[in-house]
Amino acid sequence: MNIHIPTPLRTYTGGAETVAVPGGTVAEVFSELTSKFPELKQQLFTTEGKLRSFVNVYLNDEDLRYLPSKDATAVASTDELTIIPSIAGGSACCSCCPLL
Amino acid sequence: MLHIQYTDYEAMRLHGEETYPHECCGVLLGKSDAEGNHVTQLVRAGNTRTDSAHNRYNIAPQELVKIQRQARGLGLDIVGFYHSHPDHPAQWSPTDFAEAHWIGCSYVITAVDNGKAATTNSFLLSGTTEEDKRFVDQPVEIDVALSNQTKGKA
Repeated sequence: MNIHIPTPLRTYTGGAETVAVPGGTVAEVFSELTSKFPELKQQLFTTEGKLRSFVNVYLNDEDLRYLPSKDATAVASTDELTIIPSIAGGSACCSCCPLL
Repeated sequence: MLHIQYTDYEAMRLHGEETYPHECCGVLLGKSDAEGNHVTQLVRAGNTRTDSAHNRYNIAPQELVKIQRQARGLGLDIVGFYHSHPDHPAQWSPTDFAEAHWIGCSYVITAVDNGKAATTNSFLLSGTTEEDKRFVDQPVEIDVALSNQTKGKA
């Protein structure tokens, strides 16, 4: 299946914006991806092996976090996986700023 | 260096005036090379932080997926983002830094004072990982129809 790589992570895929990786589940695909491009691992996962909180993963148009089977979800070769880091911010000085 | 057409530059600032007193946000599509990030298309995005839109912004991941797909179809890349700071300086905040994850991309901030766009600054997110990332002041080159003028930080 094809995995779409966001601009900042293409440094670790030799500049490729789309990478074809085999696998029967999302977890298998990620395993293949990070085997092929080892430097991606620390960009995507914590040292505990969990997806970093700001990394969003979409299977076609579905957010992986909301799929019942999460990364055990079965995938077909025609499916597409999109990795998309979050975009947020604002003038607030910190997360504890009052929302007023 | 951030290279942007005058019309896109003004559209970005106008967006900030339109959403005042709330923060606006959007995505910069284009190409990157050794000279910097070149913007060829601006995409407005919705701010999902309706609970605190005057000092926070968030672009829904689903919208980002669509924008990235749109960019791919056009042969473009996401090269940056913009948002406004209503009645606040055009400087990145600790929140902006904590929530910035697109290394190599430009983060453009426009201060909107009493509803009018004031200073616009760009910051390049440099580094290699979350652990060593940093914002670097980035000059902005505004491409006007027949001539170029360089605009540094105001």
